[in-house]
Amino acid sequence: MKERYLVIDVAQCENCNNCFLACKDEHVGNDWPGYAGPQPNTGPSWICIEARERGEYPMIDVAYLPLLCMHCADPPCAKAAKDGAVYKRPDGIVMIDPLKAKGQTQVAKACPYHAVVWNAETDTPQKCTMCAHLLDRGWDKTRCIQSCPTGALTMHLLEPAGMEALAAAQDLRVLSPEKRTGPRVYYRHLYRYTHCFIGGSVATRIESREECVEGARVSLASDGKGRLASQTTDAFGDFRFDNIEENSGRHIIRIEHAGHKTETVGVDVRKSTYVGTIFLSRDS
Amino acid sequence: MNAIVSRLARSKTLADFMFSVLLLGLDWMFGRTARRYPFFKARLGEKDFVVQIRLKDRSKGRYYALKGGEVSSRSGVHESPDVTVIFGSSRCALSVLVPPRDQLATINAMKSFQMGLEGPEELSSWFMETLSLMLNAGVQYGTDMGDGEMRYTTNSNGGPVFVYVRDGRIVRITPIEFDGKDAPSWTVSARGRSFTPPRQTTISPHTQVFKSMIYSPDRLLYPMKRTDFDANGARNPQNRGISGYERITWDEALDIVADEIKRVKRVHGPGAILNGSGSHHLWGILGYWLSARLRFFNNIGWTPVGHNPDSWEGWYWGAMHHWGQSMHLGAPESYGTVEDCLKECEMVVFWSSDPEATGGVYAAFEGTVRRQWLKELGIAMVHIDPFYNHTAALFGGKWLAPRPATGNALALAIAYVWITEDLYDKAYVADRTVGFDQWKAYILGEEDGIAKTPEWQEHEAGIPAKDVRALARLWGRRKTYLAAGGLSGFGGACRDATGNEWARSMVCLMAMQGLGKPGINMGSAQQGTPIDTGFYFPGYAEGGLSGDIAGTALGVALYQRMPQLASANTVYQEVPRLRIPEAILEGHTHGYFTDSKTIEGQFRRYEYPAPGYSPVRMYYKYGGSHMGTMCDTNRYARMYRSSNLEFVVNQSIWFEGEARFADVILPACTNFERWDISEFANCGGYIQHSFNQCNHRVAVIQHKCIEPLGESRSDFRIFLDLAKRLGFSAMFSEGITEFDWCKRLFDATDLPGAISWKDFLKKGYYVVPAPKEEERAPVSFRAFAEDRLKDTPEIAPLPADYTEQTFRGLQTQSGKLEFVCSSLKRYDPDDPERPVMTKYIPAWEGHHTKELYDRYPLQLITPHPRYSFHTMGDGKQSWLNEIKDHRTRIDGYYYWIVRINSKDGEAREIGEGELVKVFNDRGAVICAARITERVRPGTVHSYEGSAVYDPIGEPGSSPDRGGCMNILTPSRPIIKKSHSIAANSCLVQIEKWRRP
Repeated sequence: MKERYLVIDVAQCENCNNCFLACKDEHVGNDWPGYAGPQPNTGPSWICIEARERGEYPMIDVAYLPLLCMHCADPPCAKAAKDGAVYKRPDGIVMIDPLKAKGQTQVAKACPYHAVVWNAETDTPQKCTMCAHLLDRGWDKTRCIQSCPTGALTMHLLEPAGMEALAAAQDLRVLSPEKRTGPRVYYRHLYRYTHCFIGGSVATRIESREECVEGARVSLASDGKGRLASQTTDAFGDFRFDNIEENSGRHIIRIEHAGHKTETVGVDVRKSTYVGTIFLSRDS
Repeated sequence: MNAIVSRLARSKTLADFMFSVLLLGLDWMFGRTARRYPFFKARLGEKDFVVQIRLKDRSKGRYYALKGGEVSSRSGVHESPDVTVIFGSSRCALSVLVPPRDQLATINAMKSFQMGLEGPEELSSWFMETLSLMLNAGVQYGTDMGDGEMRYTTNSNGGPVFVYVRDGRIVRITPIEFDGKDAPSWTVSARGRSFTPPRQTTISPHTQVFKSMIYSPDRLLYPMKRTDFDANGARNPQNRGISGYERITWDEALDIVADEIKRVKRVHGPGAILNGSGSHHLWGILGYWLSARLRFFNNIGWTPVGHNPDSWEGWYWGAMHHWGQSMHLGAPESYGTVEDCLKECEMVVFWSSDPEATGGVYAAFEGTVRRQWLKELGIAMVHIDPFYNHTAALFGGKWLAPRPATGNALALAIAYVWITEDLYDKAYVADRTVGFDQWKAYILGEEDGIAKTPEWQEHEAGIPAKDVRALARLWGRRKTYLAAGGLSGFGGACRDATGNEWARSMVCLMAMQGLGKPGINMGSAQQGTPIDTGFYFPGYAEGGLSGDIAGTALGVALYQRMPQLASANTVYQEVPRLRIPEAILEGHTHGYFTDSKTIEGQFRRYEYPAPGYSPVRMYYKYGGSHMGTMCDTNRYARMYRSSNLEFVVNQSIWFEGEARFADVILPACTNFERWDISEFANCGGYIQHSFNQCNHRVAVIQHKCIEPLGESRSDFRIFLDLAKRLGFSAMFSEGITEFDWCKRLFDATDLPGAISWKDFLKKGYYVVPAPKEEERAPVSFRAFAEDRLKDTPEIAPLPADYTEQTFRGLQTQSGKLEFVCSSLKRYDPDDPERPVMTKYIPAWEGHHTKELYDRYPLQLITPHPRYSFHTMGDGKQSWLNEIKDHRTRIDGYYYWIVRINSKDGEAREIGEGELVKVFNDRGAVICAARITERVRPGTVHSYEGSAVYDPIGEPGSSPDRGGCMNILTPSRPIIKKSHSIAANSCLVQIEKWRRP
């Protein structure tokens, strides 16, 4: 049986918040009997974006992580609900019955992803429905997907095995797999948000002028794990190693360039680090 | 006129006969329509009066008596009808009345006094509108989605949309997804791949949020009057901004406004009425500030608020002198550049350019997918911006953050590297430009002893010299597109004390690299899609129904295609927008014209008051709050309290911004609540063919999706009701409704050749087919680079501005790119503020202005907001305020955000999310602090465009809690000989905010 999956590309999210606004547009002032009651006008909607800056001026980047209900295969909210107020559809979408769930605050508290929002106006837990009311009407996408300008959000209708294969092929990850709830929302390039980079710039002095060094060979090694990666500096002398675990301890950067003395820099990696400009001096 | 009727009507006897038959038929139609449509029966019941239709000589006629909702008629002439419609001849009457209604015939008849309307305007106008309602009764529009849901269409500043409505309420607003019947999309083949855009329109956040704006609790739902304002007694102007308001009826409100218009003209004379609008408007050609508003004000006589060229400043006052482009206000043209960029370009330098945030202009996220294609092709990107902007964040690439307001320091240093390392196109410079040697000498330091080296630059703008050399070498060796501004010819860097010299240097750099050669042009694929420029659909700058041939681009095409009564303002007086406070408070000021006709247009200075005219005594403010959008804006708040302003009326949609300063408030409705018609991102005029930002050309009928909320009304209706009181309602509306005008505009476009009015009304939109590959517009500036006649499809520059031969060369005196500007040599060669070639001139408010800098050591930049469209979407309890990066909610209040580097925050003990006061000598704004690495130490970032002005004390002289950062920016023009905003040269200090 084919099921619905969402794939979110962290590298393509630009924090335009169209998804947030489209979700509010679909649900504020609208009642979808059997699917969801209205969302309140102010307050969180059922999708939000967390932002993370990495690095330090002048070498930084920003990653945006859209968060919503993971529509888990083994949903804790369903376990916490009474009277079958939360259930999973055959296509995998997890639904909160808007009538049955009234007053069940424990449903909101049960979600390890904090995706269930308590609606104080209607006394009901609410969350993303993957626009099930629209899908059932023939739509092939959710409101958030429709308004997303970059294609960061995509929906896939696949057999579970097919989704597994897709995830393997594209290195898709779920958020917080250790929670073991079986999310069906996958992330591409998740490391942009969860991991850090180590970067720097390589330069030299020619006569009295400073010049960027292009083509220097930079390798990254970690105490204990040996050499991890290497790359060459670009026209600005910049290098950047990504997808490094936060708080992963001491790393060594080694810079080699023909006709120059090799330089090494030690870095104690906690979060993303810009080591600054490393000057190479000529071999005497 | 119907061809058969026309031929028969050559015989007077036959014409008279047909006229009589028509008049009888009219009676029959009234009855039939009333029987079929209850709304029309109700309409007929609104008034009891007698209307006569007759010939001038009274030989033929019929009169209709409306009584109790019934219409009875008799042949002949009534002795005292209330309303009379007079025709010079039966033939004339037939030309006007026989369907299909020929508006040109009507106008011709009016202009030659062969058609007239007599009687009280309230009745005559009602009658003409009733005829229109009768002819349009039963018109179907929208698509039935089943289950009681209708799908309509409308358009906005952030893309066209489907609007789903049920039971008179908007359910949802979505982008438009094309169906199988819509024209196929274009494909560009480049580097072995094919690129085709997605088959839907994109949508901006400020459009996606619209439902919450329409139903906002801050909507003005009825007219209001200031409680302590009495037009016949005490006016209490000193209380504007702090008075309360009371509800009044429309009749009361319109009577006050109309009486005040008459009174100030009677007491003071022409020129006493000042009107200004924002630079933008809710979308729609007919409702635009360049359309209905102009027609109304031209017919009462008004002093216009003259707009400074806000989007273009440094391009208009500076860059234009190097390459002309006056009809683009100094910006470049952009035809064919998407294809050229995809095929040839090797690097894009984004310089003060954030199209992901600004959408170019009005183009939502159309350009995003094209930039994604550039990235897929491995085209390098560099971002030069004091702020790590949203385009940089999405696409990556080297980020260089110059110190704000250091203008062309970086550009001059790049030129220095090119010169000293032979990295520029010498043949192009020799053949296609003039004056290079003189500029080169300046760059090398031969003129002032200062070589503009990367090291010199580092001292000024702060970019490491090594990075400048690296960039210059990359650029000089690669085919590079320069995106200067999100839309080419925009960019925050053009709006500061050094804005002129920055924009000028952008042109000079491209002149050194061979502008127009393959892969070497301006833009970032934001403009220049291969759509059809030959399909005619007007943009808003073409003046809609304004009739204003002098003040809009109406005369270019639309006046012939949609003939209309002309309108002309008789007041030769203008107040520059940035000097309105001085004009009111001090009674005099001066400005320089924003004149796109020719380069020298900007040299003309005008004085206020103009000779023989009354100073301004009444201010009719039409939307658009200056508090969050202009500069040093406490001045505008203070101005309102002056007794020099005897009367202030504000016509707005929400109670925000400057509405709180009005004596009378007129509630207008949004464009979802009225009829209009338009195209996606089509400005026309000064941004000709701006729809070339879109992946598809989409024409849209803007259905009236829902009824106006409360007692709000369309601007057209408000102006019409005032016109009735002032005696020119027929000249304002031409006797037809907003819906009729939409049909007229439809007929004026090339749509009728492609789709019927009925089908267009039903579906709501039309996708213009893309041209065949061989018919695509050629690349801009290519013909110039190759010294051929201009071959791009625009009527610019005007023939008189070519030197050697029409269409050969640029608009400059030499016809070439000028490093030394002949226009400036003629005008004022010794102006130290604007030298004849671009030089580095330290900002008059910046890191060199020591005394000021010591007190206010942070440089504030205030770019266009990320989520709202200036003030559109902000405040008014819309969902945008819930976005963490737009406003921050602290203790129930939504504060504006100021972004500070972590080092500056640390030095001031300011933590993330804390309340701070941002201040200088001009005022103070309370913000929530965001600690970030996206600006360098010494630079602070906050958006302009707050819709909320919320002073904690006296308006105009107390800190603003709403977020109007424009309170802090200088009102000094970029150069004295200009009318310009220099917002981004602004020194401030920031400290923790302690409530008093």
